Amino acid sequence: MNAGKILLVEDNPDDIALTMRALKSHNMTNDVVVAQDGVQALDYLFGAEGGAGPDELPAVVLLDLKLPKVNGLEVLQRIRADERTRLLPVVILTSSDEERDLIDGYRLGANSYVRKPVDFVEFTQAAKQLGLYWLLMNRAPPVPRRL
Amino acid sequence: MSPLRDWPIKRKLTAILLLISGLVLVLTSAAFVTYQVVTFRGTIQSHLATRSRILAANSTAALAFANEADATEILAALKYDPHMVAAALYNQDGRVLATYPVAATADLIPAAPQPDGYRFEGGRLVGSTPVAQGGKRLGTLYIASDTKDVSDALRLSGVIAIVVLAIAMLAAYALAAALQGRISAPILALAETATAVSTRQDYSVRAPKLGEDELGTLTDAFNQMLVRIEDQDRELRRYATELEQRVAERTQELQERHEAVRRNAAELLAANQELDAFAYSVSHDLRAPLRSIDGFSHVLLEDYAAQLDQAGRDSLQRVRAASQRMATLIDDLLKLARVTRAEMRTEVVDLSGMARDIVAELQRATPERLEARGDPRLLRVALDNLLRNGWKYTAKQPRPQIEFASTNVNGERAFVVRDNGAGFDMKYADKLFGVFQRLHSAAEFEGTGVGLATVRRIITRHGGRIWAEGAVDRGATFYFTL
Repeated sequence: MNAGKILLVEDNPDDIALTMRALKSHNMTNDVVVAQDGVQALDYLFGAEGGAGPDELPAVVLLDLKLPKVNGLEVLQRIRADERTRLLPVVILTSSDEERDLIDGYRLGANSYVRKPVDFVEFTQAAKQLGLYWLLMNRAPPVPRRL
Repeated sequence: MSPLRDWPIKRKLTAILLLISGLVLVLTSAAFVTYQVVTFRGTIQSHLATRSRILAANSTAALAFANEADATEILAALKYDPHMVAAALYNQDGRVLATYPVAATADLIPAAPQPDGYRFEGGRLVGSTPVAQGGKRLGTLYIASDTKDVSDALRLSGVIAIVVLAIAMLAAYALAAALQGRISAPILALAETATAVSTRQDYSVRAPKLGEDELGTLTDAFNQMLVRIEDQDRELRRYATELEQRVAERTQELQERHEAVRRNAAELLAANQELDAFAYSVSHDLRAPLRSIDGFSHVLLEDYAAQLDQAGRDSLQRVRAASQRMATLIDDLLKLARVTRAEMRTEVVDLSGMARDIVAELQRATPERLEARGDPRLLRVALDNLLRNGWKYTAKQPRPQIEFASTNVNGERAFVVRDNGAGFDMKYADKLFGVFQRLHSAAEFEGTGVGLATVRRIITRHGGRIWAEGAVDRGATFYFTL
């Protein structure tokens, strides 16, 4: 698989393990970068304290909403506010299906909203579908050059 | 000076009395003076005429003989009357024979004799009398007298009239001043009372009654009116006080209630916000551990199936089932919370359509709910007959109900078509399924008596049984097995 990476923004280690397992079963593990809170996610994308970010933006960000330090919606807001990441595909992947989270998520420019199923079989299916769709089927927008 | 209509009633009454008495007095005095003057003038005129005739009689001889000296002497006797101004004797030819006074000037004596008769002329009374003897006119006597007596009499009458007028007017004024009180006093008393009422709002004052005339009646009526007003005023004040008190009480009550409602609302808002936060937290946090339980159970089953025996695998399956059940419970609880929190938007709702939609959805989800093995064409005929039957016999029901369900009869699955229609008497239960057997007249319910027989044939062919329960007017229930 030579498509871009997945940035998984998730603070729950169990969820990280389960997501990794689900992705692994479809050979997508190598492409996953994990950020355990909002700050880490922003650091990865924009570089920590003036440092440089990655050479290449991820193909998709899987973003949990309830995160320590900087929550998911704020991360999304920052991503959409920056010229470099304005078009970066962001999928909200979270436990909640509160209407308010859905509305806020889409309002701030999420490309998709997926509720994590409790059933692991369904969860695996969802992770697989997401990976396949965003890494293989979806055509990401051209990435602007780094300044 | 203010216009007449604004004068106080006292002055008006006095003025009217004075005006009337003054007018009467002036008219009376004028009549008196006029009468005096006219009478006096007549008197002095006849007096002069008598004197003229005496003189004329005395003068006949002097005229007949044209004796100037005699004539002058006769006329000179006039000097004893101080009012005599002038006199003259004219002879037959109209020439002056003698004059009085002797040296009378031309302006006193006319040049020619005047026509006979007496008249007032230029402040004098003048007259001409014929001098005749034996029917033969000898000449004319002219005589002029002053009218000092007349003017004296006139002056005196005038003075008397003025004095009387003045005294009478004074008397009239005094009388008017004394008497007008009889009329004006009750009116003034009424006015004063009315003023007191209107300025002080004091309805307890009463107008003094000063007589039994119309003004007395008016005063009585006025006082009665005041009594009524006073009563009504008292009532009104009482009501107003009561009303004020009631309004104050109600206001107090309302304020208390409003305060309570406000407090309740605030509490509710707080509770709602807490519920909101709780639901949000549940939505996010409670499902995550379940996902771990389910997920890692699954990992165990997948990766370590070989190390587990059947009981272990079964246990893990139970763990997974329980976690999924709990997830459902959480979701249901969240739905319940949402039903409570959801904002209401009221509009017209097609409940029938909604129910149809939900049923259709449910049927799509689990189409196998009432499932049986059999010949679809024949079963369709059977069900059609049974449902039509129910439809027909519930036609006269205000709230018709037809139910199709399955039930358990002695451990055997049976399908049920139940209605709340006309029903039947259980005595005839075994006749229901006979060909051409009918329990109702065609007038009551149309039918051929073939339908249920057909149904029984179909059920029997499927190896099943069919039976019915019911009571008159209590509906019928058909059971069949397949």
